[in-house]
Amino acid sequence: MAVRGIREYDGKKLMASLLRRYSDDKVSMRGDFVLVDPQTDFEALLNENPWLGKDKLVAKPDMLFGKRGKNNLLKLNATWEEAVSWIRGKMAEDTVLSGVTGKLTHFLVEPFIPHEDEYYIAIRSFRDHDVIYFSTEGGVNVEENWEKVKEITIPVMTDGKISAADDFDAFKTLPLSGEELASVAPFVNALYKFYFEQGFAYLEINPFAIKDGVVVPLDLVAKLDDTAAFENLDSWGRTLDFPAPFGRTPTKEEAFVKELDSKTGASLKLTVLNPAGRIWPMIAGGGASVIYADTVSDLGYIDELGMYGEYSGDPNEELTYQYACTVLDLITRNPDGRGKALLIGGGIANFTDVAKTFTGIIRAVEKYRQQIMDAKVKIFVRRGGPNYKVGLEKMRNLGDNLGVPIEVYGPETHMSKIVPMAIDYING
Amino acid sequence: MSRSDYQLFTRETRAIIFNLQANAIQRMLDFDHVCKREKPSVAAVVNPNAKQGGFHKVFWGTKEILIPVYNTIDQAVTKHNDADVMINFASFRSAFQTSVDALHADTIKTVVIIAEGVPERRARELAAMAQKMGKIIIGPATVGGILAGGFKIGNTGGTIENIIESKLHLQGSVGFVSKSGGMSNEAYNIISHNSDGLYEGIAIGGDSYPGSTLLDHLLRYEANPDVKMMVCLGEVGGTEEYRIVEALKEKRITKPLVCWVTGTIASRMKGEVQFGHAGAKAGASNETAEAKNKALAEAGAIVPVSFDDYGEKINQEFKKLEAAGKIGSREETEVPFVPVDFKTVANKVRKPTGFICTITDDSGDEPLYSGVPMSKVVENNMPLGEMIGLLWFKKKLPEFAARYIELVLRLTADHGPCVSGAHNTIVTARAGRDLMSSVAAGILTIGPRFGGAVSGAAKHFSSALKSGLSPLEFVNDMKKKGINIPGIGHRIKSATNPDIRVTLIKAFAKENFVSTPHLDYALEVEKITLTKRNNLILNVDGAIGVIFLDLMESCGEIFSDQEKSEIVEFEILNGLFMLGRTIGMIGHYFDQKRLRSALYRHPMDDVLYDLPDSSDLGYDF
Repeated sequence: MAVRGIREYDGKKLMASLLRRYSDDKVSMRGDFVLVDPQTDFEALLNENPWLGKDKLVAKPDMLFGKRGKNNLLKLNATWEEAVSWIRGKMAEDTVLSGVTGKLTHFLVEPFIPHEDEYYIAIRSFRDHDVIYFSTEGGVNVEENWEKVKEITIPVMTDGKISAADDFDAFKTLPLSGEELASVAPFVNALYKFYFEQGFAYLEINPFAIKDGVVVPLDLVAKLDDTAAFENLDSWGRTLDFPAPFGRTPTKEEAFVKELDSKTGASLKLTVLNPAGRIWPMIAGGGASVIYADTVSDLGYIDELGMYGEYSGDPNEELTYQYACTVLDLITRNPDGRGKALLIGGGIANFTDVAKTFTGIIRAVEKYRQQIMDAKVKIFVRRGGPNYKVGLEKMRNLGDNLGVPIEVYGPETHMSKIVPMAIDYING
Repeated sequence: MSRSDYQLFTRETRAIIFNLQANAIQRMLDFDHVCKREKPSVAAVVNPNAKQGGFHKVFWGTKEILIPVYNTIDQAVTKHNDADVMINFASFRSAFQTSVDALHADTIKTVVIIAEGVPERRARELAAMAQKMGKIIIGPATVGGILAGGFKIGNTGGTIENIIESKLHLQGSVGFVSKSGGMSNEAYNIISHNSDGLYEGIAIGGDSYPGSTLLDHLLRYEANPDVKMMVCLGEVGGTEEYRIVEALKEKRITKPLVCWVTGTIASRMKGEVQFGHAGAKAGASNETAEAKNKALAEAGAIVPVSFDDYGEKINQEFKKLEAAGKIGSREETEVPFVPVDFKTVANKVRKPTGFICTITDDSGDEPLYSGVPMSKVVENNMPLGEMIGLLWFKKKLPEFAARYIELVLRLTADHGPCVSGAHNTIVTARAGRDLMSSVAAGILTIGPRFGGAVSGAAKHFSSALKSGLSPLEFVNDMKKKGINIPGIGHRIKSATNPDIRVTLIKAFAKENFVSTPHLDYALEVEKITLTKRNNLILNVDGAIGVIFLDLMESCGEIFSDQEKSEIVEFEILNGLFMLGRTIGMIGHYFDQKRLRSALYRHPMDDVLYDLPDSSDLGYDF
């Protein structure tokens, strides 16, 4: 649940299908662009989109990162054959971007539009207003010419009836005139409505060109507020996805937890930071999980941090079990003779039944008993909240019955105190 | 009672709860009780799913009380204009509209939005709307907040044990605000150990655009003379903490402020990680926890080295205030007793049950019929007769027995409109009554004279055979007692006009049962009675009953002697007739409805009127 980047392809596709609706049919946009991924059958793609074989094309990676021109990752003015061979080549090799190495997997292919003037537009949201940034000098150097960018502020609507988007009029606010204004203003009006209604949190088109009086977006960057999904089911459809940043392909375990998370009103998160790490915090609560990670880092052990994870919102026993199994599987995978620490931590819950969520974790620990012993994992528990005494007692019994080393603390112990204990343990 | 602008809540504050959240409501009332509030803090509940209003039953200490339930916000605010808080438990889908409705209610001043996942655009609109109207929103994505010793929002503070352990039922001097709801409860615990306790705590919610901000609440605490110091827990992401920095610099905040921004790890990690809270992501270098902690410290806030010494810093500041004589003494009164809920200790106490059930268990994932999961009944296509065996006898009946039961159901399903059961059903249906009443009217005629002879026949034939009476002795014995033999005799059918139903089940028994001693005995009796009158045949009730006795014998060890006599004694066999005939009665009801039959009135010429003379009774009019 957050603001997340989408592919340029998805952003453009969404625009092409909706700008008419947001402009009383006055503004339209061409929908000729395709997305290529490692599964793409190039021949079939060409058959479905004959224009690919006729027009000159642009091919570029579509994986959330920008500055593709500066990184030499743009194929301009290419024939279909040239574009395909360039994409195949890029997919095959490793790419390094800002120090992160990864494979390029997704590419956008669209017609090459020769143009002269490059315009810039971006829309951003703030707490009590949206801002439209507009410049007639767009392109790669827009940041250097930022003083030429006009900022148009649109306050958040305040009466619950008339939308701020209805109130906005680009004809009155854009620093343009004549034909230029006549071409651009209807587009900007429609674009802002599109941004407003479709759950965008950020949208940047840099640059766009004007061809025969029609605006043609060239490069696009967009972020959606994914909580708005339920308001936009029909337009976002089922195909729009939120890709992981470049170089961060979700691991099997991360993908599994994401899948679990998507099926419940509760929250389950897992990011593997270092599979060989020796401190694994499995923490209840969005706020507490950050503090545990902070504390590990503050004490100088960030390199030993195996994961960032969090479960909250009263997940049921089965979900907690699945989640705990995933974590236990990761922590016990590479026994190296040295001790590892699993932190089952959390603050004092408001309404989550501690004993109940612990039941799922206990089942997982029972299942992984042998692996836990083999990997020399010691468990440190700290938790409070409804029914916590029963929950902690069950954890203590687990240690007694299974012989798994476990230390259990309640609200009388400062929340993050089990972190230094874990560090002492892994240092032997 | 009047309250100042800096006060959202007092000991008199009352709330309307949107959505029936039974646990949260009870926790609020338990808190009220330990705070010795005069009136419950929950004035009313809005339950949009309720067809109409009603009441919700809750505990008020040891007593039970009723809280009114309405199905619209409008009704609730109109009836309860003393409530100025709405605690909105609507889902993320409906949180926006319900909050707009609440904001538009004149009497509501504060709206708390619990839901996580409210779209940012909607949250921003709500915030702008509330600001324009001079109202306060807490949330979305929050657990709420608490005025120690006064008013508690929903699930804040957890259970009553935790409330008492963290002394939240007593008013202290520390004002607290955080983004995280979970961490607010942790912080109350820390504050209670390091000061005279919490004055008020608010969790503004983990989203990017909370309806009210950390600073909004700090400024309220600054203005409130009862708050002596402030504690704040911020988070990586966003620039909200810089507004606090500005306020410190501009001296709009002058009281001691202990503040820590969590998420210091974020800037030290490679790549980007989305933490548990939607707003917890640094978009720019000034949004990191480190930058914010540094700016806060420079502006004069007391910033710990890490979360570990958060408590110590609070303690130091509190000690300073205490030394300066700024802290009044707090009276620790006795905490009123709150009984524990039965469900929380259900595995520790014992209580005799009021009901026993030995045939069906619906407490698990699926109902069990005598231990057999319903899914198995369906998957294995279990014969209806076998299933009846599970529920009536708690037995696995052999195939022939199950088939016999089904045969009886088929044979008894209906017998035309003229018999008493169907007749009553029809007359009742024609009087305009409903299905249940009409069928019940029919079923009520089943008894010793109609249909109900099955058990009676079984009973008498069984005891006769057991006591060794010869058929003739039995007939004479019954005559001597003046009892008509149940199961013998028919109004229409006779030896020359046999009842096809009897013929069919007799043939079934002969073919499928190991032996039929009861049937044979009954047929001997029939021979004797037929010599008296041609219609004194073994009728269908009698045949069903005596053959069932043979069925139990043929089942071998399945039925014990005691079970056999109980089956006869408890009218279980009449149940067969009743079950079968209900099919027909339901049919007759539908039939009359389809026909739109008018009210039935019995023709007067079909009645013999023969009344006594009133003078014979002693009246003299």
